[in-house]
Amino acid sequence: MNTTPANVLEVDGLVVAYAVKGRRAQPFRALHGVSLDIRPGETVGLVGESGSGKTTLGRAVLGLAPVAEGEIRYAGRVISRLSARERRALSAEIQVVFQDPYTSLNPAMTVGDILTEPLLVSGTARASAEERVRGLLDQVRLPADAAHRLPREFSGGQRQRVAIARALCREPRLIVCDEPVSALDLSTQARVLELFVEIQERTGVAYLFITHDLSVVRCVSHRVAVMHRGRIVESGEATAVTGDPRDPYTRRLMLAAPVPDPERQRERRERRRSLKAAAAE
Amino acid sequence: MTHSATRDTPGTPDSAPGTTRRRGHPLGRLLRHPMAVVCLVLLALIVAASVCAPLLTSAGPTRATLADAFAPPGGGHPLGADSVGRDVLARLLYGGRVSLLGGFIAVAVALLIGVPTGLLAGYYRGRSDAVISWLASLVMAAPAIMVLLVSIAAIGPDTNATMAVLGIILAPGVFRLVRASVTSVREELYVDAARVSGLGDTRIVRRHILPVVQAPTIVQSAQMFGVAVVIQAGIEFLGLGSAGQASWGAMLNDAFANLYTKPSLLVAPGLAIVITVAALGLLANALRDALLETGAPAARRPGRPGAARPSALPAGGDDSLLAVENLRVTYPARDGERTVVDGVSLTVRRGEVVGLVGESGSGKGQTAFAILGLLPPEGRSEADRLSFDGRDLRGLGRKERNALRGCRVAYVPQEPMSNLDPAFRIGTQLIDPMRRHLKVTAREAREKALGLLERVGIAEPERVYHAYPHQISGGMAQRVLIAGAVSCDPDLLIADEPTTALDVTVQADVLDLLREFQQERRMGLILVTHNFGVVADICDRVVVMRTGQVVETAPAGRLFAEPRHEYTRMLLDSTLEDAPPRAPLRQAPATGTSLQEKV
Amino acid sequence: MLTFLVRRVAAGLVLLYVLATTAFAMMSLTGTDAARNIAGTMATPEQITAKRHELGLDRPWISQYGQWLAHAVRGDFGTSWFGGDSVSESLVLKAPVSLSIVVSGLLLATVLSAVLGVAAAVRRGWVDRVVQATAIVGYAVPSFLMALMLSATFAVQLGWLPATGYVPLASSPSGWLRSITLPAVSLAIGAIAATAQQVRGSVIDVLRQDFVRTLRSRGLSERRVLFRHVLRNAAPPALTVLSLQFISLVGGAVVIEKVFGLPGVGSAAVTATVNGDTPLVMGVVVYLVLIVVAVNLLVDLAYGWLNPKVRVR
Repeated sequence: MNTTPANVLEVDGLVVAYAVKGRRAQPFRALHGVSLDIRPGETVGLVGESGSGKTTLGRAVLGLAPVAEGEIRYAGRVISRLSARERRALSAEIQVVFQDPYTSLNPAMTVGDILTEPLLVSGTARASAEERVRGLLDQVRLPADAAHRLPREFSGGQRQRVAIARALCREPRLIVCDEPVSALDLSTQARVLELFVEIQERTGVAYLFITHDLSVVRCVSHRVAVMHRGRIVESGEATAVTGDPRDPYTRRLMLAAPVPDPERQRERRERRRSLKAAAAE
Repeated sequence: MTHSATRDTPGTPDSAPGTTRRRGHPLGRLLRHPMAVVCLVLLALIVAASVCAPLLTSAGPTRATLADAFAPPGGGHPLGADSVGRDVLARLLYGGRVSLLGGFIAVAVALLIGVPTGLLAGYYRGRSDAVISWLASLVMAAPAIMVLLVSIAAIGPDTNATMAVLGIILAPGVFRLVRASVTSVREELYVDAARVSGLGDTRIVRRHILPVVQAPTIVQSAQMFGVAVVIQAGIEFLGLGSAGQASWGAMLNDAFANLYTKPSLLVAPGLAIVITVAALGLLANALRDALLETGAPAARRPGRPGAARPSALPAGGDDSLLAVENLRVTYPARDGERTVVDGVSLTVRRGEVVGLVGESGSGKGQTAFAILGLLPPEGRSEADRLSFDGRDLRGLGRKERNALRGCRVAYVPQEPMSNLDPAFRIGTQLIDPMRRHLKVTAREAREKALGLLERVGIAEPERVYHAYPHQISGGMAQRVLIAGAVSCDPDLLIADEPTTALDVTVQADVLDLLREFQQERRMGLILVTHNFGVVADICDRVVVMRTGQVVETAPAGRLFAEPRHEYTRMLLDSTLEDAPPRAPLRQAPATGTSLQEKV
Repeated sequence: MLTFLVRRVAAGLVLLYVLATTAFAMMSLTGTDAARNIAGTMATPEQITAKRHELGLDRPWISQYGQWLAHAVRGDFGTSWFGGDSVSESLVLKAPVSLSIVVSGLLLATVLSAVLGVAAAVRRGWVDRVVQATAIVGYAVPSFLMALMLSATFAVQLGWLPATGYVPLASSPSGWLRSITLPAVSLAIGAIAATAQQVRGSVIDVLRQDFVRTLRSRGLSERRVLFRHVLRNAAPPALTVLSLQFISLVGGAVVIEKVFGLPGVGSAAVTATVNGDTPLVMGVVVYLVLIVVAVNLLVDLAYGWLNPKVRVR
């Protein structure tokens, strides 16, 4: 893989292994040599089922998972083996939105404190930090008085907006989104996805968008990578991967997701059955 | 588990309405607790009386006047005098100093050792954690009395030194508590988020971890203080405290020596200890309530549909299996009650699949539980009509209800793993209901269970039959639960989000399985879900709910083709399956196939 | 399971070794001058030096300890410096007294706390309030104060039960029962309070679990759900508390023995502590640690039986 400085993120042959309890146990490999890259302003969707390693990949990019082999580069610079101090410096560049809006916000802190904290740590004066928070709340369509309230006073969708605002507050170039809409209701989900796209179009931030939901990934991603058992089995333009998948696993995944239309779902079911029958032979 | 999609797990205590959380500053919350105020006032009085002992009595605590031995209360001795004529009141007041100082020393030592080590071990884990945890378990395993006796034998009878040793004995308890709190917070996503935000370790500990550790530590400190007062009294009672000082334990010793002649000497020191320690214990309880928010609502007897009222419609009739009319479910709340299901009516015919669809808070799950009679104890339900196969379900006795449940009406839950009893083999859990309802022998039940396991697509039925729940995967557990639900050939199956916790590929298989059973046995099926794809896949009719009410009921085909209610339309518009895919990024790609795999 | 047991026994031996060493070091390095105590206040410095040499106290502690350890592993704990009885023999004689009151106190506590805890969790209402109140009383009234009050009432005032003394089980079962009733009850009350509270809490926790709802949905009777499934799952935490209670009962017994004039290990331990009688103190240390190790082993076994996750992987 050639290093193109134009890429925000490059992951190259990444292996993540966790130590397993027990003296003779082999370390557990969550990723077996994964490579991908993300360009500025681009959304790369990472789809997979539980245990596929998609979340591990996101955590490795954030420096929260142990890298055994391979490299992660941010803007051309290797970031997979940084000291704690260097990693902290990178926090202005790479940010995160987690799946669960209930546990990703400290329940004891007001929304204002949650949002100003990263700014104060980076040396911003309190007055300008507060000014910035007002702007951020407006950006994510939350009322200005939200700053004085606690997370538990907000619904799931609103909390996720707070998490997005926190990710945005230091104007990063890359946000790792780990299942950011999976815990949300249908109608809320659509609006939060719109917000993600809108912010990207305005700020040019890039997303690594991790999800199990093919329909979500299709409507936010420019390109899609499908993960299965710690490997990327298929990747390419979103229209291609989700419209005409080549890999048998991707096909199975596509056909397993039900469509909200009884007629078409019947067809899809039949196709899935025949695929399954063919695979069984 | 990335797919446990919605927080809408109806009926779990977590979401059960009525568990409203209290708000406000912790100290304010504490002061609203009448018991806490009483305890704090009592303790303040005890502290003040001990500190101001010389002002309250002119008598010396150790001055013996043999002429006054066993003097009754009154005159020179407000509370009387002991066996050698020492003033009881003075001994009580000065003894309080000894008790309070001892308790303070023990708690301070325990906190000074336990808190930093707990933070260190919980936050950094690794080797330091292993070493400290080992030391802690060593100290915990040593019987406290042994350590105290040995240290008294070594250092000599010195109350304060002994209390410091007690602090060391108590420290592992603090360590474990702090470590456990830190470990649990450390797993929270908000700590990960803080780290990604660029916060250093010290700041994360100060801002995000210490506040969580604080409350349980304060509660434990109050408890430890009480324990220390009790143990110190015991040491003094045994005569192993500092020589010649007045203390509550020494007073009890004197009372013990004169148990036959003057048992009333027990009263003053006994009351002093009991009041002090009880105040500390009750304060700890109040602190826990105020700081740790475990406000579970007062439980009532299990909710049951209200007394039978004459129904507007004749029961039974067509081939309707289940008829529900004007179902209401309420929970007690601080201001009266909260209605979570408000006038729901629905029918299910034999062989029909009815989807109960809605977002979180729509009451779809609560409706299902109310029909099953499985609401949490504090929930109450009533209906104008609730009949199953012509039988009125309202006011059924426990026995009749149990005869119906599992046998003719069965339930498939949402979270497969938490719905199997971890302590029993899967086989046992399958055959128990069969033996009860079908009156078959153990052997027949076993045969049937194995057959069912095979039927639900489990490759090695024998192995799974003998396995414990923690040995199988979530998808398999859901198959086991479906096997259990259909084991007694029910007429109606109520499935509460049966595929929400599963992967898409497993979901498709589980839906196929439900469909096969339903068609084969002409079962009625109520499927609670938030996923319109699932609805399209399996449902004949759909009931759309919002905030406890039914907004629209329609055959599945019509609902998708022409939704009538605007809420249904909004929901269907929010589904992304038919949304256009996002266009490729406009700027030219840097490399041809930059997103490539390297296996 | 066998390797698990071997590991636990080995861990227990390590614990025994570490604690014995620490105790011996503390006794020798800082201890009260036992030689002076034995020789009496009238003794001349020469007599004290002679006594010290006789007891081996003039040698470095590590060599004293080595000698003690070499004998101890063969079951010989030496003779008491005061009185000169064999430590092992006197422990064998005194242990049944202490264990009688501790074990019967524990049995009483186990049965009552299980009944009260389950009733409080299931019925709530007044049973619950009684359990809560008992918990506070049990916490606030030290067991020896309870013993003093019970003794003053039932032995001294009413004369129903003996105030002091111990009757061996072998010589008179009814006399034995009468002699241990008050001590055992005083010990049990605190343990009941703590354990009933724990049982109540864990039963309530298990009752909230999803699988209980599913079991009910299968039409199993409420009694079967409670006694077969809920109790089984609620037992482990209660067991932990019970094992901790046992250890604290052993400690409580030391004071209780004094109140009821029982010739148990506790009384011997207090005397030995005051005198600085190293052989006897060490004997008591070994006895106590062995009890702790044995109880922990039993609890581990029970855990394995109750929780398949420990047993089957």
